[in-house]
Amino acid sequence: MTDAAAAGRPVEARGLVKRYGQVVAVDGVDLTVEVGDVYGYLGPNGAGKTTSLRILLGLIRPSAGSARLFGRDPLLDGRRALDGVAGFVEAPRFYPYLSGRKNLEMLAAFDGGDACSRIGAVLDLVDLADRAGDRVGGYSHGMKQRLGLAAALLRRPRLLILDEPNTGLDPAGMRDMKVLVRRLSAEGMTVLLSSHQMADVEELCNRVAIIDHGRILYEGGVAELKRTLGGGWLVRSSNPPRAAVLAGEFALAGVELDGDDLRFTGEQDEVERFAAALVQADVGLRALVPQEATLEQVFFRLTEPDRAAHAPPAATVTRAQPVR
Amino acid sequence: MPTFLTAYRWELRKLVSQKRTYLGLGAAAVVPIIFVAALSLQHGSPNDVAFGRYVRESGLAIPLVLLLFASVWLFPLVTALVAGDIVASEDHNGTLKTILTRSLDRGQIFAGKLLAALTYSALALLVMGVVAIAAGTLVSGFHGLISLSGTRVAAPHALALVAASFAVYLIPIAAVACIGMFLSAITRNSAAAVVGTLMTALLMQLVGILPGLGVLQPYLLTTQFSAWQGFFQVPTDWAPIGRAAWVCALYAVPAVTGAYLIFLRRDVDGG
Repeated sequence: MTDAAAAGRPVEARGLVKRYGQVVAVDGVDLTVEVGDVYGYLGPNGAGKTTSLRILLGLIRPSAGSARLFGRDPLLDGRRALDGVAGFVEAPRFYPYLSGRKNLEMLAAFDGGDACSRIGAVLDLVDLADRAGDRVGGYSHGMKQRLGLAAALLRRPRLLILDEPNTGLDPAGMRDMKVLVRRLSAEGMTVLLSSHQMADVEELCNRVAIIDHGRILYEGGVAELKRTLGGGWLVRSSNPPRAAVLAGEFALAGVELDGDDLRFTGEQDEVERFAAALVQADVGLRALVPQEATLEQVFFRLTEPDRAAHAPPAATVTRAQPVR
Repeated sequence: MPTFLTAYRWELRKLVSQKRTYLGLGAAAVVPIIFVAALSLQHGSPNDVAFGRYVRESGLAIPLVLLLFASVWLFPLVTALVAGDIVASEDHNGTLKTILTRSLDRGQIFAGKLLAALTYSALALLVMGVVAIAAGTLVSGFHGLISLSGTRVAAPHALALVAASFAVYLIPIAAVACIGMFLSAITRNSAAAVVGTLMTALLMQLVGILPGLGVLQPYLLTTQFSAWQGFFQVPTDWAPIGRAAWVCALYAVPAVTGAYLIFLRRDVDGG
């Protein structure tokens, strides 16, 4: 990567730290979003997602580290760092005593240029044109969410940052949001998306970062993540309890007996040795099926290793080569 | 390219859309009407304040008497209503993050807010002045005044002096607005900032009347609300007016600088 290309990255955060007294909300976060990415930012509540997004947008000063948007640091370059950048963190907020349209008119005035001429188009895009004259104080949460998206699109951004965009949306709204993100991405927009909707992230995003307790546990491609961290095996046998006991003698993780189904993770060689041992022990092997993990399962394995399986998949985490 | 004037224009539009805006303006309009109504219904005059004895002889005395009464709590409160709220309400609504992620610098937004708060206070003062002159003229007629030096001042000249008095009255009001903005920025709470601003003004008045603290009197913010009386000396006494300018600056400049630095550097982690 040349310096010029690196300067053009939509997001490049290095070693971001944010401390509130004794509490470390963000602890050495590195994020790299490339042009054209639909980048999922995942983590449990309180993991540090929103704090790091606020740092990216220049709303919060980091205690250490730096954040650059298209090569510009919000702390050093001020408003110029947000050229080509738009979005919202947590719930979008507006002046409740102004109408939706008036709120957008104000934000368009703050943006300058031809933003004002796009108000009608973005209201149509988020399906709020009919209610644009109503005061925002009377809007539902979902409507405010859609107005937030409209406000972001007014800036015609190259990088769109969306923090939990589905919050408050009904199923149709979630579907529309997904369609819109896909469309914006197809038009060349880079999207940084924080979400709890794992299925949507899995479907929309090509790369993800998973954060917990302020630290990035994984950053990279979704497919790579699932390949290295995900997966597992399902065994059906004539004597499941005996098979479970035998499984404990091998380097298999997450051994779990669910009715007649025995589930675990492990390297293929080790699984083959276990299968052979079952046969030698006169346990009838009816099925040995590789399982593909969902992003959600992988997420829980990373963020809740103790709860994701009885045995913490420490070996699995090692294989995932976490960032830190 | 948006500038601080863009922010200023929209701050005014936001004020126009909020009910509390009309609370202060309404009070500024109603107080002279109540005063004049009370004057009509009762005998006697407020002889213990400057120009109080002339309120039945000239309508132009009424705005001057109201300036003295309003300095106690009305204008500190009216000013604080907006200045104390103008930053803190953004925290309350969670809208700072909305406006700080556009193409305006924090400094430009701050300047727009400061100008809007000052404009509002000036407008409230103008409303009170116009209503007081109109209501006073209606009840006591458009006549000349006796200056504080005992000379007769013709009605047109007296009207000009009343206008100049209101303009000088803006100096301590601007200082109160700056204190309100400082409290608004530091507390991030409208109620605390409004009450804090009012309490600051009341506290200074208390200090002004406490025995043994008379030496502080010329340097109190509240004392500067009487600076306009210099216009009604013959010849004009510029000393209190000049002192009002620098004493108020001593209060306003640190307050507004503090508010600016807080606004510029603060984390926007709510909303």
